[in-house]
Amino acid sequence: MTQQTLDHAAAAPAVASGKLSLGRSRVRAAWIFLAPMLLVLLLVAGWPLARTIYFGFTDADLSDIANYEFIGFANYLEYDDGEWYGLLVDPDWWNAVRNTLVFAFISVSLETALGLIIALALNASFPGRSILRAAVLIPWAIPTVVSAKMWGWMLHDQFGVLNDMLMGLGILSQPVAWTADPQLAMAAVIMVDVWKTTPFMALLILAGLQMLPSDCYEAARVDGVHPVKVFFRITLPLIRPAIMVAVIFRLLDALRIFDLIYVLTSNSTDTMSMSVYARQQLVDFQAVGYGSAASTLLFMVIAVLTVVYIVGGKVNLGEGNR
Amino acid sequence: MAEVVLKGIRKSFGDIETIHGVDLTIADREFVVFVGPSGCGKSTLLRLIAGLEEITAGEMTIDGQMVNELPPAQRGIAMVFQSYALYPHMTVYDNMAFGLKLAKASKETIEERVRRAAGILQIDHLLERKPKEMSGGQRQRVAIGRAIVRDPKVFLFDEPLSNLDAALRVQTRIELAKLHEDMAATMVYVTHDQVEAMTLADKIVVLNAGNVEQIGSPLELYHHPENLFVAGFIGSPKMNFVKGSIAAVDQNAIEVALPGEVRTRIAVRPDGARNGDEVTLGVRPEHLIAGGADSQLVGRVDVVEQLGDSNLAYVSLPNGATVVVRSEGDARVREGDQMPAGLDPSQCHLFDADGAAFPRVIQ
Ligand SMILES: Nc1ncnc2c1ncn2[C@@H]1O[C@H](COP(=O)(O)OP(=O)(O)OP(=O)(O)O)[C@@H](O)[C@H]1O
Ligand SMILES: [Mg+2]
Repeated sequence: MTQQTLDHAAAAPAVASGKLSLGRSRVRAAWIFLAPMLLVLLLVAGWPLARTIYFGFTDADLSDIANYEFIGFANYLEYDDGEWYGLLVDPDWWNAVRNTLVFAFISVSLETALGLIIALALNASFPGRSILRAAVLIPWAIPTVVSAKMWGWMLHDQFGVLNDMLMGLGILSQPVAWTADPQLAMAAVIMVDVWKTTPFMALLILAGLQMLPSDCYEAARVDGVHPVKVFFRITLPLIRPAIMVAVIFRLLDALRIFDLIYVLTSNSTDTMSMSVYARQQLVDFQAVGYGSAASTLLFMVIAVLTVVYIVGGKVNLGEGNR
Repeated sequence: MAEVVLKGIRKSFGDIETIHGVDLTIADREFVVFVGPSGCGKSTLLRLIAGLEEITAGEMTIDGQMVNELPPAQRGIAMVFQSYALYPHMTVYDNMAFGLKLAKASKETIEERVRRAAGILQIDHLLERKPKEMSGGQRQRVAIGRAIVRDPKVFLFDEPLSNLDAALRVQTRIELAKLHEDMAATMVYVTHDQVEAMTLADKIVVLNAGNVEQIGSPLELYHHPENLFVAGFIGSPKMNFVKGSIAAVDQNAIEVALPGEVRTRIAVRPDGARNGDEVTLGVRPEHLIAGGADSQLVGRVDVVEQLGDSNLAYVSLPNGATVVVRSEGDARVREGDQMPAGLDPSQCHLFDADGAAFPRVIQ
């Protein structure tokens, strides 16, 4: 106690004489290192976001972007002449929200399941494993627009190789319009997304698998635990943090899906996502105010879902899982 | 009765054979320690007994039952790993109960066995902790507890104390000895710590490059090493070796000529020894007499290590060899001094040119 008092007494003049204590100088150094990044983020993310939110409260038009008026929440919801107007009562918007959620939920689920299986397979040791690991990544490495266009051609109802093959095998009797048929369009989009992003999932989960302590598995063998039980009782709980992080990455990505859907099915309402809807309002209909409002809402939907996921799934994004 | 019998056990990884035919009988309730230099195959041999590695050739029985094809869980063994191998996501209680739970033991049985093991190891208060919330020593206890809960016929330990600090090691070592008494089980223990091997073992198996060099009680290995390898491996600091040649052969002794016109008569059975043969004299540092004796080696002290209770003097002989002499802690030995190191013939060992010991005759 006395010693502590003495230390304080000794430290005080040092601070007063202009020298910072170790803790404070560390904090200052941290801010200095962070500042450039924060500045860049503010410019490239903060500013556009602020502008978008701001435009959401105006009636701006793409043909004359300089002239707009502030209209409050009218883009979101407005009561006029006994009728409700605005995004929140627009059936097309809610259709886009539903499409996005369906797409995100199904594709991320499939990618997680398939990614887990592939990761487990790649984690086993067999000759040529490293080559296969690299090869699996190819779909992920191709830019989305390129792979979407590629699949667009393969799925084409008249010239597509898929129809040709399935008809050759006698599975189909006549060509199917994969991307135009309302029943099939969403399935086609999900399939292409799964094809493209499963490798990413597999790789993230594989990284998790490789961190697993191998001696636990030997202990399980001595304990006589059945391999299926080992998977569900040991492997899965241990890689859960890795899977949760991988899922959140994918979920954030899937909820703002734009390029794949736009290239594959353009503005079709069967597959229109929130981003495609916002682009349609903003560019095709030139309604910058309304489109910005849609973008803002999209941002909020994603933010809310992410928070729900992190809190609900107890995801630990920081360190300290092990 | 959990006797473990190994007959001609061999193990190859791919084309490389690492265990070259081990014959070993571990009696019921015996505490057997495997020692040997790093990479000699101690862990591999233990894992073969555990069933974690497949036996390439030979036969193994545990408790009279052939186990070559049995999976680990059915061999009646429990293993404690060097790195503890606890399930990181389970509490201590679940770690210990996991095997029993999956074997569909009743809740009461599980509870009773876990509590009993926890009681023995004094980890009752840790049962709700996760492994990462415990110290290394506590984790090691949990790992031992998990083995106890399995109620095995044979305990297998792979360097269980090597991650603990010196004080904790001594304490846990004593507890292990006590555990062996209480559990009345067979124990096989791998270590490269001399002291652990000497203090714990009923029987030590010295391994070298996949071969058994010698099997015997700690004192047998200390007093009657069968070859140069065992002589050099058991004991710390290591036994001194001095090259010499046979000057005369008796019925019950060999007279050796050592560098510096020194001669000494050592009481051994002179099997096949002939005058003029090259031999190696072995004498432990603690058996060299710092003040000199009738026959003695004399050299210059290079380095002195003061251990408190004793001093270790590194003496270089005129022929270039170095011998270590242990003397009393308060003896005044200075670097640069000429120092005589007296030989007590009754404490000397003699090895032939192939490294095999001439059996010592104890008067
Ligand atoms: N899975 C394996 N594949 C190939 N070689 C192996 C394998 N496991 C062990 N070996 C080889 O077998 C030999 C014995 O290894 P082992 O682990 O039994 O040594 P050890 O005596 O336990 O050594 P240490 O004291 O360092 O633990 C070594 O040469 C090692 O390279
Ligand atoms: Mg080992």
